[in-house]
Amino acid sequence: MNQTIGQSKPTSLLYLDGVSVSFDGFKALNALSFVVEPGELRAIIGPNGAGKTTMMDIITGKTRPDEGQVFFKGQIDLTKKDEAEIASLGIGRKFQKPTVFESHTVWDNLELALNRKRGVFPTLFYRLTHEDKARIEEILATIRMASRRDDLAANLSHGQKQWLEIGMLLAQEPELLLVDEPVAGMTDAETAETAVLLKEIAKTRSVVVVEHDMGFIRELGVKVTCLAEGSVLAEGSIDFVSNDQKVIENYLGR
Amino acid sequence: MITSFLMKSMDRSIVVVVAILLGLAVLVPALNLLTPPDHPLHVPTYLVSLFGKYLTYALLALALDLVWGFCGILSLGHAAFFALGGYAMGMYLMRQIGARGSYGNPLLPDFMVFLNWKELPWFWHGFDMFWFAALMVVLVPGLLAFVFGWFAFRSRVNGVYLSIITQAMTYALLLAFFRNDMGFGGNNGLTDFKDILGFNIQADGTRATLFAASALMLALCLILTAAIVRSKYGKVLIAVRDAESRTRFLGYRVEHIKLFAFTVSAMMAGIAGALYVPQVGIINPGEFEPGNSIEVVIWTAVGGRGTLIGPIVGAILVNGGKSIFTAAFPEFWLFALGGLFVLVTLFLPKGVVGTAGAYLARRRQERQARAAETPATDLAGEPMAAE
Repeated sequence: MNQTIGQSKPTSLLYLDGVSVSFDGFKALNALSFVVEPGELRAIIGPNGAGKTTMMDIITGKTRPDEGQVFFKGQIDLTKKDEAEIASLGIGRKFQKPTVFESHTVWDNLELALNRKRGVFPTLFYRLTHEDKARIEEILATIRMASRRDDLAANLSHGQKQWLEIGMLLAQEPELLLVDEPVAGMTDAETAETAVLLKEIAKTRSVVVVEHDMGFIRELGVKVTCLAEGSVLAEGSIDFVSNDQKVIENYLGR
Repeated sequence: MITSFLMKSMDRSIVVVVAILLGLAVLVPALNLLTPPDHPLHVPTYLVSLFGKYLTYALLALALDLVWGFCGILSLGHAAFFALGGYAMGMYLMRQIGARGSYGNPLLPDFMVFLNWKELPWFWHGFDMFWFAALMVVLVPGLLAFVFGWFAFRSRVNGVYLSIITQAMTYALLLAFFRNDMGFGGNNGLTDFKDILGFNIQADGTRATLFAASALMLALCLILTAAIVRSKYGKVLIAVRDAESRTRFLGYRVEHIKLFAFTVSAMMAGIAGALYVPQVGIINPGEFEPGNSIEVVIWTAVGGRGTLIGPIVGAILVNGGKSIFTAAFPEFWLFALGGLFVLVTLFLPKGVVGTAGAYLARRRQERQARAAETPATDLAGEPMAAE
């Protein structure tokens, strides 16, 4: 297995090999290896404590691995960079709990996320260009929130906050999008719409979705990786994975 | 670029306050200098200096609002930057005394002669020139804030821990400035000033000019702060305040964002201190008292944090109250101040200005909602279409 992973390093978008991390003796990740190809939409499932969120923390620079390699686009070593650097390299992250800037309007949230220079002085003298305006309008249309552009993010419903956050990730123009439980707490109709939205987004970039909702993952219809106790248990189509004996024991059967 | 940057700040409330400040800068000196003392509208000189002092406090509170109100950095050490600016100005004023001191030494200030020092310490050089002192007024607090902030923000020291180390900073400076061999006059500080830019510091005209300068500087800093918080950078500041790690995952270097605001704020506090010292006639280590910094937080909270105008109103209200209260019941002032802080936190969490602003916004919304309910007029159709 390691052999095949090693070969895919130069062509992959995201490449994790033998990544381990422990917190106070608890092994959150145990020699995890995992590859995402350019343009791929991948779903990750697994029981609580399987290391899904920790994996995202490692990729985005929030947590440093004890050992193992993490490479972006084959050669950028992510273990040596911090959150801001990784974000500007083109890795966007959506948190489990929707985190939007509540005291800003929907428009300002998107403007802040827009992929422009982020230093003190460029932002101090920033002026909204026609191009940026058009881009924000476009994202507003994609996430279907054009009519709420001037509303404070605090006044949005839970589902709308999730969409706004996805919109912010789009504005960041990442090459890789990490999405943590996007449909938690959504109604069925919202869940279905989110699946359509994510598939749309995945046309132009790679997306990794962590989710518990099996119906949602079936709707996405993509390759699934099942994690348990910090390493990969099974990988393949949803039907393959959900018939795997180990997956049933560890996760689905519970 | 600069003008368009500054123009952005000019919303109605800022324009009104700037106009009031400019009006005061003309009116108060005029009423002091041009009316005879028995005229009903005459403003006595001691009041001019008192109000001038309030304006410098207002500038200090405005500086704190930039970091606390907009970036969530609760600095409990802002009086230290104020005092450092004050000391820089005090050193200039000391050098202006020249040979008129009690010991008549043309070079050394009195306290140095008293300590038997033979020559001027290196860090007193240059302070005989106003431009140099004026530069130091912003550079010294700015540099301290930059270095302090560089380490604190890079190590991600946040919330109450940051507040505590800012208290420690001002306390450490208090102890340092108390020492005679530091060369800043020790316990007594710097006082007995004679001239500023060649004008007698006690003269009515100088006092009135200092008042006008304080009002102008406050107006200028208000415009600057408003421009900063209305820019995209200001939106990032608020984003850091509300969801720091989210901002980081968007790719912003939070430590740089905070550092800039903290440094600018410290420089403004330094300017406030420099205007304060010639109007009160003394600067001593007492200005570094940790309690002073906490008082600034109270002014800002009373006026309304994150409103820019609130801290100005709060500083003037609380200090006005203090002047009246300490004359009538001096022993109860601290109880009144503490009670005020508790009451404001409980009942007016947005402060006086913030609460008034929220009330006006609600009124406006209700009016719009009523207008939307009445059908068949062009105006009423608009909010519906926007939905």
